[in-house]
Amino acid sequence: MKKKYTYLICLLLFPLMNFSQQITKSEGGIFLLKGGEIELLDDGRIQADLLIQDGEIKEIAESISHPGATLINCKGLIVFPGMIDCGTKLGLAEVGSISLTQDHNELGQFTPQMKALTAINPNSVNIPVTRVNGITTVLSTPSGGSFPGTAALINLHGYTPKQMYAGFEAIIFNYPSTGRRGRWDRRSDEDIAKDDKKSWEKIDEFWGNAKLQAEIKEKAQLNNSEINYKPQLDAMNGVVTGREYMIIEVNKESDILSAIKWVNKNKVKAIFSGVREGYLVTDSLVKYDVPVITGPILTNPSKNSDHYNTAYTNASKMQKAGVRVAIRTNETENVRNLPYNAGFAAAYGMGFKEAFKAVTIVPAQILGIDSKYGSLERGKIANIFVADGDPFETSTEIKYLFINGFKVPLESRHSYLYDEFLEREPGLSK
Amino acid sequence: MMKTKIKVAIFLLLGYVFEAQAQHGNVLIKNATVITITDGIKQNTDILIKGGKIEKIAKNIKAKGIDVIEADGMFAMPGIIDAHSHIAIDAVNEGTNPVTAEVFVGDALDPYDINIYRALAGGVTISHAMHGSANAIGGQCETIKHRWGVSNPEELRMQGALRTIKFALGENPIRSHGERGGIMPSTRMGVEQVFRDAFSQAKAYVKRWDDYKSGKDKLIPEYNLRMETIADILSGEIMIHCHSYRADEILMLMNVLKDFGINKICFQHVNEGFKVAPELAEFGAYASVFSDWWAYKFEVYYSTAYNAAILTKNGVITSINSDSRELIRHLYHEAAKTQKYGGLTDNEALRLITLNPAIQLGIDKRVGSLEKGKDADIVIFDKHPLSIYSIPQYTIVDGVTRFDISKDPADMRIEIDPNEKFPAFYEAVDHEHDDSCLQGLNELLFEK
Repeated sequence: MKKKYTYLICLLLFPLMNFSQQITKSEGGIFLLKGGEIELLDDGRIQADLLIQDGEIKEIAESISHPGATLINCKGLIVFPGMIDCGTKLGLAEVGSISLTQDHNELGQFTPQMKALTAINPNSVNIPVTRVNGITTVLSTPSGGSFPGTAALINLHGYTPKQMYAGFEAIIFNYPSTGRRGRWDRRSDEDIAKDDKKSWEKIDEFWGNAKLQAEIKEKAQLNNSEINYKPQLDAMNGVVTGREYMIIEVNKESDILSAIKWVNKNKVKAIFSGVREGYLVTDSLVKYDVPVITGPILTNPSKNSDHYNTAYTNASKMQKAGVRVAIRTNETENVRNLPYNAGFAAAYGMGFKEAFKAVTIVPAQILGIDSKYGSLERGKIANIFVADGDPFETSTEIKYLFINGFKVPLESRHSYLYDEFLEREPGLSK
Repeated sequence: MMKTKIKVAIFLLLGYVFEAQAQHGNVLIKNATVITITDGIKQNTDILIKGGKIEKIAKNIKAKGIDVIEADGMFAMPGIIDAHSHIAIDAVNEGTNPVTAEVFVGDALDPYDINIYRALAGGVTISHAMHGSANAIGGQCETIKHRWGVSNPEELRMQGALRTIKFALGENPIRSHGERGGIMPSTRMGVEQVFRDAFSQAKAYVKRWDDYKSGKDKLIPEYNLRMETIADILSGEIMIHCHSYRADEILMLMNVLKDFGINKICFQHVNEGFKVAPELAEFGAYASVFSDWWAYKFEVYYSTAYNAAILTKNGVITSINSDSRELIRHLYHEAAKTQKYGGLTDNEALRLITLNPAIQLGIDKRVGSLEKGKDADIVIFDKHPLSIYSIPQYTIVDGVTRFDISKDPADMRIEIDPNEKFPAFYEAVDHEHDDSCLQGLNELLFEK
């Protein structure tokens, strides 16, 4: 008798089971998140309903009813804004050791015209693996030379780069480092200084040419005349004229100070990334109001003489000194660890609220997209996850995920392999 | 002159005495929540440590003339054990031959490696310092205790630990030898034959010696340390720890071992172990895995962070390791990820970094749980160790507090390069976690 029922249930469930390695389709529509606690960052948490419609947060109120909405019971759960990671290679890289799957590092020192958005693979296996942990938006960045290209902010759902694009692009500048590249780097201090000088000769020339190109372009526009096609220099137009943000990767204390001077001299709208020794120069960062994207937090100290917790506490020390700090992973396949990077920053001085802001509203503010992203407010894009507890804790389970208002299934290669192999069929028998 | 000599002698002698005392401490830990691993959780409980051993775990222990750690509201658990690391050794890969069983990382111990201290600050008291994965049969490994502060490399060794050796399957030995040197193995088929060749040669070697010893053969065979070592694997005296990723190669090695009568093995990394969990369990093989590393090379592209949970639920004794001087600092957090990926219980998760690695290293009679008579290797956290907000406060090795957060100046280096004007600043390597098993070879082979 029992067997019969089991058979029947199996038969009923059969069409719902997914045997392919494809992710189930996301659902669009109107969703009413009922009875959850809404995380409002500085305004604490309130008990309220949240309505998602047209991809946006339509309303947050004590009690909403909407006849056409799909009801999502959030009782006992917490509704959070999706997390934002401002330093990843997500979508630009698939398998670490296979260069043919890596699209973030073009040849040449000066390639700012390379656009990350062009090469983002919307179907990267890494993307579902990331978003099921509550990360809804990431900045994908090119890497390599001095000006390796233009980073793009994407939402982790969509089938074309255009659908994924979240409204921010910026040129990356890898500020010449006077540090060592690794333990195998045994250059003398003199050699490092020489290399630095050489780098700067090239950068100064490039920057000078880019400025010149901008001037020529401006004049040409007045005369309505054509200018020569110089894609590398044209790409720099927005940053040399101080109209667009440039993200400057810089880490060592003396390099950060030098970069601040360079930024002021050249009137650049800068965001610093990396900033591993930011805690040593907080005065300057505050004085010149340089926003910072720091991380990973889960990384070793830069110097053998450093305190063991240097990387854990850096973000917190900068934030407490008044620097605007966002936290990144600088990862590809494990961007999913963003909440744990923020969690370590929280544990080592920052506390939950500030650390959670550092992966939501603060990055949105730094990138200038906070009118649409970074918190749960009426009119903002519905990038939301619902969890049963503190999202930094590994025991917390994420129950629902919305990106651009789509209800995204909590599935990825990792969960599929779990479902398939937890109780493998056949087991040991043939 | 004589006097100076005597003074020096006394000084040295005292030094030894102090050293000896420093090796085994006496401490009373008061009012902790004691996570024993083998006997549940005990609230408001004391742990008495004498001569480096746990003498008593009970409430209200009274002891005079002994250092006391007030651990109200804190959590005491067994020192964390990392079954796969490369810290505290000066050399990782002897990548000159597909078989190098004769080499031993224990000959290259570095007690001044700052990463020992940083591991202690993450509650890790023991690590398995492993040879790299360039060779199908690599070198022998050393299980070390993190006695930060000693200068004599001998004092890092965990005396009495099981002897272990590193094997490797898949891409690494193939890249290191087939691709680079044009010698076998350049395929996973070749890797199998390297093992079969080595084991067969060692069997023949043992027979030659047996024949000589029994008088059947008069000629003294040539002594060969490589063959001696492999013979010790065949006899079960040395345990294999094998770098592995794909399901097929894991099955292959178990088949080879069956053919040669070897029944002890711990698979390392074993990213696709979850696919053959029933076979691993049936063989009695152990698995030591990453919490969530994947996709850094093709052979880990089809893996899952649920690996540890699937293996555990299929009855495989599993540990979570670091293989990284970064991850080793927060293995408690890595273990906690098994609650997200597979919902392991607190005790199941904590076993992955305590008793299970101890079993895999053959040291579970001495460490891995808090029990009377075991070594006093203990870490004390301010909160539950599986919480992200938890911070290690004290790390105790053999009853000696080697990490104390309240006495923790920034610069903990013991050895400082006198030619260095400023400590070197190292930029973060882009992918810090390309498995460090190829350390030493990466620069040589794969950096341009």
